[in-house]
Amino acid sequence: MKYAAPSSVEEATSLLSSSPSAQVFAGATDIVPQIHGGRQAPEVLVDLKKIDELVSLTSDDKKWTVGAATPTVELTENQAFSQEFPGISEAAGLIGSDQIQSRSSLGGNLCNGSPAADSVPAMMVNGTRALIAGPKGNRLVDVSEVVTGPGQTCLDSDEFVVEFEIDRAPSLTGDAYLRMIPRTEMDIAVVGAGARVTLAEDGTIAAAALALGAVAPTVVRVTAAEEALIGTTADEDTLAVVAAAASAVCNPIDDKRGTIAYREQVAGVLAKRAVLIAMERAQQRNGDV
Amino acid sequence: MAITEENPGYKWVGTRPIRPDGLDKVTGKAQFGADLTLPGMLFGKVVRSPHAHARILSIDTSAAESMLGVKAVITGSDFPDLVANGAHPMAIDVSHNAIARDKVLYEGHVVAAVAATTRELAEAAAKAVEVSYEVLPHVLTVDEAMADNAPLLHEGMITKGVDPAPDQPSNIASRIVHERGDLEQGFGEAEVVVEREFTTKPVHQGYIEPHAAVADANSDGRANIWCSSQGHFQMRADTASVLGVSQGTLKVTAAEIGGGFGGKTVIYLEPIAVRLSQRAGRPVKLVMDRDEVFRATGPTSGTRIKVKMGVSNDGKLTAAEVWMAFEAGAYAGSPVGAAGMTVIAAYDIPHFLVEGYDVVCNKPRVAAYRAPGAPMAAFAVESVLDELARSIGMDPIDLRLANAAVEGTQASYGPKFPRIGFVETLEAIKEHPNYTAELGPNQGRGVAAGFWFNAGMNSSATVHINENGTATVVTGSPDIGGSRQSMALMAAEELGIPYESIKPVVADTETVGFTDVTGGSRVTLATGAAVVDACRIVIEDLRARAAKTWDVEVDQVEWVDGQAQHVDGSQPPLSLDALAAKSGRTGGPISANASLNARGVGAAFSTQVCDVEVDPETGVTRVVRYLTAQDAGRAISPDYVEGQMQGGVVQGIGWGLNEEYVHDQNGNMENPSFLDYRMPVASDLPMIECCIVEVPNPAHPYGVRGVGEVGIVPPMAALGNAIKDATGVRLTDLPMTPIKVLEALNEQSD
Amino acid sequence: MARTHITTVINGDEVDFLAEDSTSLLNALRDEVGLTGAKEGCGTGDCGACSILLDERVTCSCLVFAPEANGANILTVEGLADAGELHPLQQCFLEGAALQCGICTPGFLIAAKALLDKNPDPTETEIRYALAGNLCRCTGYDKIVRAVQEAAMQMREQ
Repeated sequence: MKYAAPSSVEEATSLLSSSPSAQVFAGATDIVPQIHGGRQAPEVLVDLKKIDELVSLTSDDKKWTVGAATPTVELTENQAFSQEFPGISEAAGLIGSDQIQSRSSLGGNLCNGSPAADSVPAMMVNGTRALIAGPKGNRLVDVSEVVTGPGQTCLDSDEFVVEFEIDRAPSLTGDAYLRMIPRTEMDIAVVGAGARVTLAEDGTIAAAALALGAVAPTVVRVTAAEEALIGTTADEDTLAVVAAAASAVCNPIDDKRGTIAYREQVAGVLAKRAVLIAMERAQQRNGDV
Repeated sequence: MAITEENPGYKWVGTRPIRPDGLDKVTGKAQFGADLTLPGMLFGKVVRSPHAHARILSIDTSAAESMLGVKAVITGSDFPDLVANGAHPMAIDVSHNAIARDKVLYEGHVVAAVAATTRELAEAAAKAVEVSYEVLPHVLTVDEAMADNAPLLHEGMITKGVDPAPDQPSNIASRIVHERGDLEQGFGEAEVVVEREFTTKPVHQGYIEPHAAVADANSDGRANIWCSSQGHFQMRADTASVLGVSQGTLKVTAAEIGGGFGGKTVIYLEPIAVRLSQRAGRPVKLVMDRDEVFRATGPTSGTRIKVKMGVSNDGKLTAAEVWMAFEAGAYAGSPVGAAGMTVIAAYDIPHFLVEGYDVVCNKPRVAAYRAPGAPMAAFAVESVLDELARSIGMDPIDLRLANAAVEGTQASYGPKFPRIGFVETLEAIKEHPNYTAELGPNQGRGVAAGFWFNAGMNSSATVHINENGTATVVTGSPDIGGSRQSMALMAAEELGIPYESIKPVVADTETVGFTDVTGGSRVTLATGAAVVDACRIVIEDLRARAAKTWDVEVDQVEWVDGQAQHVDGSQPPLSLDALAAKSGRTGGPISANASLNARGVGAAFSTQVCDVEVDPETGVTRVVRYLTAQDAGRAISPDYVEGQMQGGVVQGIGWGLNEEYVHDQNGNMENPSFLDYRMPVASDLPMIECCIVEVPNPAHPYGVRGVGEVGIVPPMAALGNAIKDATGVRLTDLPMTPIKVLEALNEQSD
Repeated sequence: MARTHITTVINGDEVDFLAEDSTSLLNALRDEVGLTGAKEGCGTGDCGACSILLDERVTCSCLVFAPEANGANILTVEGLADAGELHPLQQCFLEGAALQCGICTPGFLIAAKALLDKNPDPTETEIRYALAGNLCRCTGYDKIVRAVQEAAMQMREQ
């Protein structure tokens, strides 16, 4: 196994094109256990953290740009980002311990392909796009389309995510991410729920997004719940519909971390709770983008 | 202040100074098992079975042996055949558990090992060892192992303790029974009878330091071993037995130990490392990965336990019937015996029958884990007691007080209790503000108690008085939780010199007398008693030397506050410094040994109360408040008594809520990592409040009972009882995960 | 196998060493540099016993490939004391009996330092979450949390 640390996207791309068994990594928090457990044996380890664009966090009038290898701690420590996207920030803050968050990244969390990746539902409900670089040039793909199955992505072996774009959140918009784990920390989500709502001036919901992790082969949107929320104040009856829709969209497995029945039931609970927190945050974010 | 039992007037015992080994441990200097490097040292790697039960057809080591940098490859055939040698069955089990011969009995069972010049090469060579297996059907639980026509692990296993002996082999290694009185009469006298069945999963001790050993064998047959263990004399004996050599050829040095909780009282790597070192002619280091620790080292038993108990309306227990089956893992020796002794020992019950089965199955051989056997048994009995208290509308502490064993009670396992402090722990909880603190929504409170008999066994100590009047206290007890501090405190108290003037040392197997393992909560009691004995011999010697100096009879000399004093004050006192400085002229160096088999072990009791909050929609249980009261006898080192109490409670919380071995259908462990084997993390817990109760053990010079283990006995039942209080549902299957709690809540609302 | 030359600053000193590319920084520190204070408890980033500060960020050194450390500034437990004077955290761990076996202690000290560097006045809850990546099986965390509280107070008063 050889280590390489390209300093530009082009250098990384040509390295990947010339070594079929190369594997990119950012924080290495997933790849080390995978190599250790014999689930991966790349010939070349391509460290993306020495490429400037991949480790950056910037914003302009239109959008935030997050380098794909930026340590998640830089998101949680960035007050402006965390105020605008508390859901993404809290999801980033749930990826492992402080030790892990010094290294883990949104790019790694997404491209590892885990249905339980905490940041993915939070990114999805905020319409995040991934800029993917490859030998044929760059392409911009919606985060919801990147992961195609457990451990599977739409990226070719010589492609990697450079950065994420998140449109600036309009006023009266709030997001939230919740997950259920048996402990309080250091666990993989048994169920994860990301929600975002935008309120109309009259306080009813004008736009809503809800995504669930760990309940299907990939993170799933709950469109039925999103539609049900429009025009409401997320009253109890609507939340019951949201919970039912969330449970219905689940297609989970029984595994060592949870059962099908448990995941379906708790998906509804977390969906409800995430929507309520997003509502509360939306009410507090009035015109101060 | 008057010198009383409560105020014994000690200067050092009961204080909280800085531990002697602390500085090395906060600066990274302390040398743990994996920290030693020797010149020319090789890295070893063990080859393990991927199957739960299989016959080894062949092992081809040629590819591994031909790799450049590989210096040794060994298999079971490199070890003596103890069966042919007519060894004791237990020695055969130890040997076959260390490295498999014809069959592997669990996933992770060692089949071969390699040594190479680098870690990476050793791993590659281990992968190159080709083992061919015939996979056999396996049994994973007591239910499977005890079923009719179950596949057998050991063809010749005839159940012991059954009369007449069965004529057919089975997976049941033995049966134990304790009984008294007439069950029918007892249950007839009860107003309420509760019967419940409980199951628990194997759980691991979870020490943070994986097993590690370095061996350096000489061509003359001698070998040095450095290892992380709770008892290097035990390591020496077992390693010698597996290698077929005399114990005297092996010198074992105990490295600093990174946790054990019972799991490091048995050998795994040591004989492998020695044999590799012999074959390679170089030192060899073997260190386990975490997944090897989970797959191949001692968890404690999964169990099935049935309890039936009766109580009269005034809260007197009338009868108890207990049936227990414990997984032993691959070889006989589950802690069902200790479970049988402890299960109802805290209570005075006139009529009882306790029956237990030791059952082998295709999982790693269980090893001791903190009060082995008692926690699962207490989970069952203390849950049933909670149900009984609810049934008759009695406070759960009052129910226990009404039946608590006291001095003179005939313990269910035989002896009459000497002075014990169970009642005092119950009262301490009852009087504490936590017991009546207001509970919030979805919160509940649970009480449970626990008993552990503690161990005595063999210990040795040597006390050297240095030329400047300081003392070196040498013992053979690896210090796992601060015992060097308690040795130093007792020696300071005896000798009358400052704690800081005592240097406690854990010596190797050639430097101190035989000492049994650090286990059974025995070190402060037994090794402490040896230290006290050695100090007293030294003091006799010092008095004699002072008498000689003053030309008076010895009985004219007293040892007070670190100096020899003439009884009538007619001589200026002689300090230890002065006597030490002159030792060359008064008979030579001052030093004494003491070795003993500790008698008068004091039983330990703990009562605990915990408050939980259960999320009714997700089933998640959070511990919001926890209080533990434990009878220490005398807390020599209160900091580390509290440490034992808190550590035991938190291991129990993990056992109760989340920890478990998960196996797939093939018998492969699915969660051999700290990610998925969920031990409690700091954010899961509140402060663990401690109430040290001191009812001195009359048989120990300082009243010590032993505090290491009993703290883990009550938590699972305390949690289960609190969940019942919070939600109305009774969980009987450990761990009480959110999934199980939510299922129970769903059933309740249906 | 060719090994890579890695140049770092460890505990204030320039240190260079050779390591195979796939070797973890933890194993390189322990085997090549001889700093055995950081421990391997799991090798998967789940126990924190190998915690170091890597360019001032608390990190599991078992999850870092050794060559990644080229040019980095590393603090291990061995560098926590200043010329023999203990860091307040070390002193408070000693005085508060915040260790039993001591295998997890180096990792806890580093993680606690990282916390206090960022947040000099953490609540008990903040301490517990900041240390959630460090497993201790002996203490039940009680005395560790108290020691960090005490050290934080002492450091604020200085």
